[in-house]
Amino acid sequence: MAADSTLLLSLVEEFVSGLQDSKAKDTATGVKDGKFTVLQLVEALGQSLTSSQSHTRARGVQLLSEVLQECYGSLTETEVEVLIAFYENRLKDHYVITPPVLRGLGALTKCTVLPPGSAVSMLRSLFQDVHVQSLMLAERACVYNMLINLMATREAELKGLGADFVFGFVQSMDGERDPRNLLLAFQIAKNIVLRGYDLGKFAEELFEVTSCYFPIDFSPPPNDPHGITKEELIQMLRDVLTGTPRFAEFLLPLIIEKLDSDVQSSKLDSLQTLTAAVSQYEHKDLAEFLEGLWASLRREVFQTASEKIESAGLAALTALTSCLSRSVLNSDSEDYLSTFLDLVLKDCKHHLSEPDLKLVWPSAKLLQAACSASNRASYIITAAVMPSLIDQYNSRAQCSHRRTLLEVVQRFILSVTMSRSLDNEESVFLAFRPSLCCMVFSALTETNASLQITASSVLTSLAQQRGLLLDSDINLAVDHLTRLVLTENDAEVSLAVVECAGALAALHPAAFITKLIPRLKKEMFSEPMDHDNERTVSERHSYHAVRQRCLSALAAVSSQPSVVQESTPVILEVLSSAHKGSVGFSVVEVVLACRSLQRIAEQVQDTEETGRCFHDIIIPRLLSLALQAALQGEGSPGHRSPLVEEAVLSAMVPVISTSCSRLQPTLAGQTALRAVSLFLNGDVSFLPDNSFPSHIQLLKQRGDSWSQSQMVCLLMGCVCSLPRSVEVPQIEELLSELEEMSCACSHPLSYTSAAKCFAGLVNKRPQGDSLDSQIQSSVKRVCRELDSASASVRTQAFTFMIWVAKALLLRYHPLFTTLTDKLFSLLDDADLGPMAADGFTLLMSDSADILNRSCHADVRIMYRQRFFSENSDKLVQGFNAAPQEKKPNYLKALSNIVNTLPKQVQVTELPKLLSLLLEALSCPDQGVQLSTLSCLQPVIMDPPPVLVQQLEALVSRLLALTSSPAMNVRITSLRCIHAVSRFPEHEVLPFRARVLRALARPLDDRKRLVRSEAVKARGQWFLLGSPGGS
Amino acid sequence: MSGGTSLENANPVIFERSGERLLTATDENEDVHDPIDDREIFDILFLHLIRSINDPEHPLSLEELNVVEQVRVKVNDAESTVGIEFTPTIPHCSMATLIGLSIKVKLLRSLPDRFKIDVHITPGSHASEEAVNKQLADKERVAAALENSSLLEVVNQCLTPRDI
Repeated sequence: MAADSTLLLSLVEEFVSGLQDSKAKDTATGVKDGKFTVLQLVEALGQSLTSSQSHTRARGVQLLSEVLQECYGSLTETEVEVLIAFYENRLKDHYVITPPVLRGLGALTKCTVLPPGSAVSMLRSLFQDVHVQSLMLAERACVYNMLINLMATREAELKGLGADFVFGFVQSMDGERDPRNLLLAFQIAKNIVLRGYDLGKFAEELFEVTSCYFPIDFSPPPNDPHGITKEELIQMLRDVLTGTPRFAEFLLPLIIEKLDSDVQSSKLDSLQTLTAAVSQYEHKDLAEFLEGLWASLRREVFQTASEKIESAGLAALTALTSCLSRSVLNSDSEDYLSTFLDLVLKDCKHHLSEPDLKLVWPSAKLLQAACSASNRASYIITAAVMPSLIDQYNSRAQCSHRRTLLEVVQRFILSVTMSRSLDNEESVFLAFRPSLCCMVFSALTETNASLQITASSVLTSLAQQRGLLLDSDINLAVDHLTRLVLTENDAEVSLAVVECAGALAALHPAAFITKLIPRLKKEMFSEPMDHDNERTVSERHSYHAVRQRCLSALAAVSSQPSVVQESTPVILEVLSSAHKGSVGFSVVEVVLACRSLQRIAEQVQDTEETGRCFHDIIIPRLLSLALQAALQGEGSPGHRSPLVEEAVLSAMVPVISTSCSRLQPTLAGQTALRAVSLFLNGDVSFLPDNSFPSHIQLLKQRGDSWSQSQMVCLLMGCVCSLPRSVEVPQIEELLSELEEMSCACSHPLSYTSAAKCFAGLVNKRPQGDSLDSQIQSSVKRVCRELDSASASVRTQAFTFMIWVAKALLLRYHPLFTTLTDKLFSLLDDADLGPMAADGFTLLMSDSADILNRSCHADVRIMYRQRFFSENSDKLVQGFNAAPQEKKPNYLKALSNIVNTLPKQVQVTELPKLLSLLLEALSCPDQGVQLSTLSCLQPVIMDPPPVLVQQLEALVSRLLALTSSPAMNVRITSLRCIHAVSRFPEHEVLPFRARVLRALARPLDDRKRLVRSEAVKARGQWFLLGSPGGS
Repeated sequence: MSGGTSLENANPVIFERSGERLLTATDENEDVHDPIDDREIFDILFLHLIRSINDPEHPLSLEELNVVEQVRVKVNDAESTVGIEFTPTIPHCSMATLIGLSIKVKLLRSLPDRFKIDVHITPGSHASEEAVNKQLADKERVAAALENSSLLEVVNQCLTPRDI
């Protein structure tokens, strides 16, 4: 014990007289470990605390405070009481002692055992004895932190202080300049405002002392270690200013004043603060400022130069209107909402009658902003505005005026939709329904395209107003849409019409089932009477266009299951009549029919009903038709069914694969079972129109009978897109048949599809020995076939190999490396070299039909990066070792790979590849040039230093390419040159004259697209280094 | 000057913006020669100049105020001539010379050397029409103007594309 007390004395001595700051830490540790108590410390400090030297006293208090900062948790209530009394007393001492005293008090405010009343007495002495703003930064922060601590724990006591507390705080923060302390001070002010402290008569003072910082203009110094942002300060201050309606009378004039400012950011801040403020206010807070606020808001929207300010102004108007809408009306009080809206209408409404002048849009936007605030507001505004808009529409003759008016009307409809989310009240537009419908329908019958487009989107928004349109209106609308689908030749209009039909059909399916679908069906099957030359080419052309629009309209309206039930049979009928030749459909039309089915499969809701429709009706039907066509293909030479065409089959594949991947997994499994047994065993029992011969062997067909063998692509569509949970039946047998077919069948579509199908199945097969041995045997087979002498056999084997390689690459299968090595060795091959180089594109890019995520394939993330990092060295080595005539293959392979990498990876990998890529730019192959340019282009946009070093080589190669015979190469190289102008100025300036001279030539290029790129690039290079330029 | 004051003509007539030139199949056909036409010149001015010059009076672009219209652009590719008329917003527009000079410079930079470029004010649309036309037609005065670095700076600012 004695030893401890001498230790303590020596610590105190060394800290106070020896000025060794580290001893405070040791003392604190001693107190924490229980070697000595705070009481003993005070006793030991006795002499220093009573010294006549103020600096010694300050040192003594500092030691005590620092110890307290560490150990405030272990103090007892009496100790705290004594310490507080001591510290409060010391506040009256010499000013050098104040900082450590504040620190000590700060530590004590964190105590949980603060005796009652001490918080109040502490603050009283603080406010009385200390002038906060003459303290240093850290001490001011200490005072703010004390307040924050006490407000967190002793709220009731502080509120007992009444307005004195607010006054004390106002005095303490008055004049604060440091942003770090301001954040603390705003925090306190926010607590005062939001937690209901009594502001007494000091509301204005508190507002003044905080609002003097509004609007905040602060840009942190570069490398600011404190990380305070302007946004943080703005948000904190906004919370204070908007926290209470008591500030309304001060804040609103301030906002009106600041909106007059020229500084954009302060306008924006003012508008956002206004929006935040009025959400707390009541109408009486606003009443006297409404006119001023409206004048400012109107000016901001009418004359704005920036969209941000415009939208902030509109948001403020909406907030203001909804605040007024919340007011409860008394019988004797004024209705502020209608007074205010009268003001808005008075200033805006007349602009709506001048649809060719500039202010029509700002006025409309203001009215719509007010309109969207509340139901009552939307009633008042639409009642005032709609009749005149409708009148004008009827009286104006010019299409552009009418279109503007229609667009304005549409925006009103949309703004009302926003204001009524849940309630089931009747639509605001009910009163205008007849005239609105009349207006829309008359616009739909106009010949002006843009008017029709606008009208169809107005129709869509009207239909989305719940309970507005009557059934008769919908029927009329469907009639109009049907008419337009059948007659309108303008592509944009018919697109808009089809879209509108789709939106309406989702809401009102019945009218479409009874009217549109039968009509379209009739129109599609009404064959032109004779095929003779009487019909001109253009007539036939327009006939084709009608069918095309009918098919896309059928697809668009089919989102509800009930519509799908009706529309898909029509499309299937198109296919079967095309097959039978009873109605002449061209191949293009049949392909479009398949696309429509695909679109329906993509957009329809996944229900049992639609699943059955696709799996039990559509897919068997498609397979049956394709099979009939294939069998017929060999027999009769007369009529050849369009369904044996490659284009048609390829369009059928996505119908099957979309339905198998997204609709009803159990049913998809059943479809897979049927398809496999059809292809493996010739089981045709599930196909409709069953009149097939008994011995069908679709996978055994070779060579000449390609019409049957190519059907394997339909099998692919089915089995490769199943969810992974669905098992593929007879998979071993299937795989070996597919392998055989892809190696032995010489028809391109057949062997490619077989290879893809094989790959799709391998990709999803579970890991294990059976998979490994399957792959190994296939690889062996491929190698054997590749050694063959026949070029076609080798091409087939290569196709098979590249697809299998892709399947394995995507799932990170270890056996992939054998295939990579083989692939690299083929780059040196005389015949297959270019094909192998192109093969890398296939490996690295997503394929549309199989092996992608929507087919539930096993695709690991970042497989491209992984492939690149594992193989780029091999490629570079191969390039260096290759004979001159084989080098282009390597360059092509490289640019194909780099092209698909994400940009971040490209930038990091570029340094080691740059010389190779520049080499590739001078390679004569245009494909290589183009793909290299397109992979350099993003890198040039954000050039790494290594590229800047190679500038000479880069610029001269790019300039050489601007006279390439291929237009795309010229365009891309000009884009790259354009991008080079953004390099650091001192680097590119030396090239300016040369580039300008070289770019004079492409200005006179024979292709306009090239010229326009040259104009852009040359204009930019002219600005370089010129006054007023960059 | 401040946002509080109102513009002289706060509600001018605005004209519809023309859409982008549609890409046709022949544009992409390597074998077809596309001659330089009116629309192309208009687009050069429209994309690089008209959109970026702001009339100080109005926060609208010159396009919306119809300063340059496609019908007032005349090109003859075979004879290598370009003629352009522009219409200042008001008869006393102080920017007329600058707008004319910017148009001229832009075309000098964007067209092959073989073209003779003629820029003038739409007849009857400006108070000092003749004087401005004379200045713009005088090769030496144009060259001298571009030697003046502060003038060049203003022209270049007009020609700097804005990031939208």
